[in-house]
Order: sequence, then C-alpha cells, then structure tokens
Amino acid sequence: MNIQDYKGVFVFAQQVDNELSGIALELVGKGKDLAKDLGTEVTAVLVGSGVGALADTLGEYGADKVIVVDDPELKEYRTEPYAHALSSVINEFKPEIFLVGATAIGRDLGPRVSARIHTGLTADCTQLDIGDFPINPVPGKEQLHNQLLMTRPAFGGNTIATIACPEFRPQMATVRPGVMQKAPKEAGRKAEVINYNPGFTPNDKYVEILEVVKAVSDVADIMDAKILVSGGRGVGSPENFKILEDLAEVLGGTVSCSRAVVDAGWKPKDLQVGQTGKTVRPNVYFAIGISGAIQHVAGMEEADIIIAINKDETAPIFEVADYGIVGDLNKIVPALTEKLKVELAEK
Amino acid sequence: MKVVVCIKQVPDTKGGVKFNPDGTLDRGAMLTIMNPDDKAGLEAALRLKDQYGAEVTVVTMGLPKAEEVLREAMAMGADKGILVTDRVLGGADTWATSQTLAGAIRNLEYDLIITGRQAIDGDTAQVGPQISEHLGIPVISYAQNIKIDGDSVIVERQYDDRYHVLKAKMPCLITALAELNEPRYMTPGGIFDAYNAEITVWGRANLVDVEDSNLGLKGSPTQIAKASDKVRKGAGEKVTLDPAESVDYIIDKLKVKHVI
Repeated sequence: MNIQDYKGVFVFAQQVDNELSGIALELVGKGKDLAKDLGTEVTAVLVGSGVGALADTLGEYGADKVIVVDDPELKEYRTEPYAHALSSVINEFKPEIFLVGATAIGRDLGPRVSARIHTGLTADCTQLDIGDFPINPVPGKEQLHNQLLMTRPAFGGNTIATIACPEFRPQMATVRPGVMQKAPKEAGRKAEVINYNPGFTPNDKYVEILEVVKAVSDVADIMDAKILVSGGRGVGSPENFKILEDLAEVLGGTVSCSRAVVDAGWKPKDLQVGQTGKTVRPNVYFAIGISGAIQHVAGMEEADIIIAINKDETAPIFEVADYGIVGDLNKIVPALTEKLKVELAEK
Repeated sequence: MKVVVCIKQVPDTKGGVKFNPDGTLDRGAMLTIMNPDDKAGLEAALRLKDQYGAEVTVVTMGLPKAEEVLREAMAMGADKGILVTDRVLGGADTWATSQTLAGAIRNLEYDLIITGRQAIDGDTAQVGPQISEHLGIPVISYAQNIKIDGDSVIVERQYDDRYHVLKAKMPCLITALAELNEPRYMTPGGIFDAYNAEITVWGRANLVDVEDSNLGLKGSPTQIAKASDKVRKGAGEKVTLDPAESVDYIIDKLKVKHVI
C-alpha cells in the first residue's frame, strides 16, 4: 500500500427509504472541517436505488463531490451488496479518510468493509481531529503528520481513547450520531456528481429480505428534543409514565427513558438514552427515577442542564446532575407540572 | 447441526463502578463476567441444541484466566470449550482479533457462528462482522429472533425504526443482542461436569490460514495515541426538600437558566 496515493475525505451518506439520515449531513459537515485541515475535498458516497436526487442536498450541505452507486440490488440495506459498493469505491477512488455513521447500518457495514480492504476501523467516535502521531515526539520513532486522530469512549464510557491508523488507508471510523454538527445549508450550492457502478452479482452472501416491518410509531426523535423528561425503573410502572408525559407536555418537551425501562417492555427502544440507546444533548434533561448507571450517563452527560429526582440519595445520577433533588417523584413531578402550568399561564 | 459461539470475558462495568475522588475510574474491585450479548448468543445456541440437537462449541480468546467463561458456558450446556491464548496474540485490535478467531474457527465444522453484538468493555461491535468477512460467509447483525429453515436461517434483524426478516444460507454468522432472550442459569450438575470437563487450549500454531503480520499488537492497524480515564464534570447541587419546596427549587432554576 502506498499511503501517498490516498487522498480526500469520504463519508458514507446513509439513506433509508431514499431519505438521507441525519448522520449523512453530520458527516459531510465534519468531513468538510477535516478536508479543510488537510487542504483537500469532502466526497459523499451515496448508495441505493433511485437515490441520485439526494446528491443536491449533499451539495447544499457542503459536499464537494458525490459518488452515486445506484443499483436495484441496493434498494434496501443488505450487508453484502453495500459492502461491495463501498469497498469498490475505496479501491477505485483511494480516499485517505472514510467515515461511516455508527448506526445500526454503519456498525454492520463498517467492519465488513474494513475487513475486506484490510484497514483499521475505530468504532463509535465522538471526536475527530487532524494531528500528529505519536501525539508527542518519541525518540527513534518518526512522527507522522496529518493523521486522523479518532477519539472514542470505552469501558462503558469510563475511559476515553484516541486512536490512529498510521500505516493503512483509508483511516476508517464510525461516528456516533448526534455528536457532529452539520454545516449551514447553502441553497443552490452544487456538488460534482460521479456515477459509479461496480456491478452486483448475487451470491450466497446476499441474504434474502423476506419482510420489512416498520415500527408504527409517531414518537418524536429524542435526539432533536430541546427538553427531555426521562424516566427510569423508579417510575414504577408503564402507567405512571403519564406524570412524565404531562410534565413534558407543559414544557414542550419529549419523554425518553433508561435501558431498564426498555428491557421491562414499558417503552420502545427508540426512546432509550444511553450507551446502547441514543446520545442526546438537550437544553434540559430531567432524570426521574433513573439511578444513573454509567451506560446511561454516557448518553446524556452533554445535556446543558441536568435535573435529577430520585429517592435514593446515593444514586450515581447525582454525581452528574447540576441540580439533584432527593425526594419522591410521585409527589414532586405532578406538583411541578401543576405549578408550571400556572407560571406559564401568567407569562 | 453444529454451532460455534464466540464469547468474551469482560470486566463488569454495569453497576458497581466507582470513581476515585479525582473523577477517574477505580478499577480495583472490578469483577469479570461473560459479556452479556455473548451470553444471549450462547443461550440462542443452546435453544438450537434443545430444539434440533445442535452441537455447541464455545470459543474464547484471552488470557489463560478466560477459561472461567468457557466453564460457565459449559455449565449452562455448551458441549465443548476452546481457549485461544498465546502471548503473540496480545494487544490485538478488532482486525487482529477477528483474524485470530477466524483462524481458530477454520479448524471447526460449523453451520452457524454466533457472536454477541458487542462487548461491554470495547463496545465496538466489529469483531463478529469481521470474522464473517474473513471466513467469506454472510453476516446478520443485531439478531432478535433466530429460526432454522432447512439449510437456511431466518432471522429478525433490528434497525432503529424497523426490522427486516432475513433469510441466509448456512453457514452464516449472526450477532446477538442481549435483548434476544433471557439466558438460562447454570445447573448444579452442569457446574460439576464443567469443572471436570477438558478445555481445549490452542495457541498461534493452531490457527489456520493466518499470517503473523495480522496477529497481536503488531498486526493491528489501529494504534492507541492516547488513553485516559474520563474526567467527568463534577456533581452540582443536591438538596433534600419537601415536595412543595422541591417544586419551587426546580422552577427557580428553570427561571435562572431562562428555560421558562
């Protein structure tokens, strides 16, 4: 591998049902920053069937080029044809960096692609920078410049590690959704579109989709909420979430929950905050009856204001809360809702 | 039918995690457990054993101490345990780990390989799909439900807002979610048998079709530039008030912060 042959920042522009996922624009935004530091361009790789029109949106949000791989075999996400699409693009265009969203799709696709082309892959990154490796000069070891430094939490969020991939290209990372910022939209900005199809021949690695079952839910995306009223096992029952819903309603917020609540079947998984759920950074996060396991905290500690209500004064949630109230949520939450109604009506 | 399950011994990061006063992790008293997603994968395999008489082999890579999780798996009902351990395998990233496990699995007959989706220490979810790539077989990640249909497997594959019912020809690799099932307990007889059972120990020499350049720290494309215990922002205020005072306290804070 001649590392000098690899140029440019590529991002996987994930789409589902021919709609760009939020992570696609977040990666274009981050990719643009990295490309600027490297003096190169950001290229979005759009994979699907009949998806070409989405290239316009990617251009407006900062992509310099869009490589479109369009084929009927790519209509629904399947590991093998998508892995073939991305690894063919990498072999053909030789990017130095390739970013994929750490979504249910990207965390399947990324490892398959990195294994196929033999490079490193850093999972679930929360920060990406261009810098030197080693970070500080080490006698007897060449310090490489313009390396992708990929930072990620590990040990359930207890430690953070910064990883480099100095000897292989592309430097690949999956990036946690909701962490990177998309660039402001520039209406009418155009990306150069390149159509590329490596050919798709089904084999035993192509799984068959027998059925697509979409969750029928009109729940708001908790990652977009400005105010989250989040409940844990301490709420006591699925019915008792009503008091959280009432509080969320009066504040114009959304209800979310901890993993224990999902495991108990009280709430659907798309409302789960935490390591195995979603990462949220609302203006206000109410943690109600949530003990604050480290995996939960990893998904919400970036909230601007954390207000915790818990009857157990030793609950770890109080270690991250800005305002912690030791008390009975069943008494405090309904009373808070009523008083807020009065306060807001006066305004 | 033959099923291989990959399991990992991990520090228990759930509950019990304590911080030092400076906000760093106190690793002193950390216990080890079988990784929860792997345990769900093992349970799924044991159900195939109950239903179809599948032979279940568990494989782990780690220090000699990792033998403990193999015995636990055998006490739950696994038939064979294989420990892959060798100094030259240490410091492996997911590329080198998946190369090692693929090299071990090439010695075995299998219809299905099950791994956990991710381990709670690394949280990468990469090793399962990477093993499948090295072995040239299909992968189905994030499995919710597993059924056998002739020479194929039918699996519900979870996404954020939907699931796909997928059919793949075996051999195939599946990554299991802890939500997949409720793992069974070890039985007293199982514990007794597992304690006496022979564990197969493999080293570098037993790995098939793997170059030295793909193993251990030296064979790992990713390298750690920096690692640190995460320093969290400190705790804020904590108050114990009666409910009415609590309400006033919260409303005051929301006003000060211009939320309302």
